[in-house]
Amino acid sequence: MNDPLSKAQLDYLKKRSRHKRIVLAGQILIFFLFVGIWELTARTGLLNDFIFSSPSRMITCFIRMTKDLSIFRHIGITLAETAGSFFIVMAAGLLFAMILWLSPTLSGLLEPYLVMLNSLPKSALAPVLIVWLGNNVKTIVVAAVSVAVFGSVMTLHTGFRSVDQDKVKLIYTLGGTKRDVLRKVLVPSAVPLIINNMKVNIGLCLVGVIIGEFLAADEGLGYLIIYGSQVFKMDIVMMSIVILCIISMGLYRLIGILEKHCVKQH
Amino acid sequence: MEPILEFIHVCFSYHTVAGETPALYDISLSVAPGEFIAVVGPSGCGKTTLLSLVSGLLAPESGEIRLFGKAQGTSGANIGYMLQRDHLFEWRTVYDNVLLGLEIRHSLNPDTRGHVREMLQTYGLSAFQDAPPSALSGGMRQRAALIRTLALEPDILLLDEPFSALDYQTRLEVGDDIGSIIRREHKTAILVTHDLAEAITLADRIVILSARPARIKKILPLSFDESCTSPLKRRSSPQFSGYFEEVWKELKSHE
Repeated sequence: MNDPLSKAQLDYLKKRSRHKRIVLAGQILIFFLFVGIWELTARTGLLNDFIFSSPSRMITCFIRMTKDLSIFRHIGITLAETAGSFFIVMAAGLLFAMILWLSPTLSGLLEPYLVMLNSLPKSALAPVLIVWLGNNVKTIVVAAVSVAVFGSVMTLHTGFRSVDQDKVKLIYTLGGTKRDVLRKVLVPSAVPLIINNMKVNIGLCLVGVIIGEFLAADEGLGYLIIYGSQVFKMDIVMMSIVILCIISMGLYRLIGILEKHCVKQH
Repeated sequence: MEPILEFIHVCFSYHTVAGETPALYDISLSVAPGEFIAVVGPSGCGKTTLLSLVSGLLAPESGEIRLFGKAQGTSGANIGYMLQRDHLFEWRTVYDNVLLGLEIRHSLNPDTRGHVREMLQTYGLSAFQDAPPSALSGGMRQRAALIRTLALEPDILLLDEPFSALDYQTRLEVGDDIGSIIRREHKTAILVTHDLAEAITLADRIVILSARPARIKKILPLSFDESCTSPLKRRSSPQFSGYFEEVWKELKSHE
């Protein structure tokens, strides 16, 4: 690889990196344009900043809430609830997908019910959960789990079933059992699928947590949004939404890092 | 000598909702220890089914399969099965792939590990043992798959068109290679193939099957000069084309 690169190759590389730089610059530009126009229109009175808030008002609000540390409590609660429900969803999703794979009879029995539960709008369950479980964290976590878990079971089960049948046969020819198939073929070959499913689930869990906090919480970002809108403090609402944007992006990135780590070998 | 494997009037059909497909009809055959049998026949005639029956993945509908004189399932015979493709797992190193069978049978110990390392050494793969399978060429992958099978020290080796996924040149090399390995390890082997030349260069006897449902049309014993020690030498021997003609005619004839 010590050969000097040809002119055509150099041109190609230069073109590639220029394209990358232009896209990045554009992305940053869009951000500042959006924030700038928002701030400007709010200051000149074109936008009513009592209703629409503005970037500077949000920052002021954020600084005020960091001083009494309350914002960190709200963010921490939402993050903890999301993480908790995410782990429950992944564990339950994997476990039930494996059980369904091990027993075709059971999967046949449960299939229509899974489809129904998966397509049911889970926000309809939230009031029921409050009655059953009370106005507390349990309700929020169960709401978040219910949003993601059924789809996760179905996705993982379908993935397990579409594994290369010849690889399964190989395990049997080597004298293995269904358990060996599960451990040596199914789970390792499903790693990319599991990670993709994680990406979907982390987003869904956040949705579920916010729905839960709307209805049954006195802390957390979902609570802040509902509270802010009720007392017409739009700065709090908008700031919470921006923080949610950052959190969801961060969580997605986190799984992206995990993916890079695991999927290299696939 | 007592046969290591016997088919006694074996019949087998596949069942689906759409209907019944007879695959094998009244197959009787006996294989002596150390013998190399090649099975040829029109594609889709049930050759693979034959191997699945020997390995116990399928059970005959009627008739019996005996290993070491005992019914399949109670014989305790150790059967190695090599599939069409190597199915090396990309998430394991070559060495861990080769150990897969031992791992499944819970017989990983310093002895078996040593044996596997020796085979990797003998068959030119030891430099790649910590590499992922994607680093191997097609022929090397097939050799790794063979070592994975041989690691379990099978009494009988079943080969299901193990060279069909390779390009022609690699196929000749690997066929020669694997044929010699099996001879050297004194294994009883049953090779299923649709490549007549491959069958003739590797086997002691050729079993010719009819179209589905497969019956045995003819069993053709092969004998070559003493000097034809390797498959490649057989290919250039004077008997080769005679046998080829004979098998070809038999396959084409419709009774």
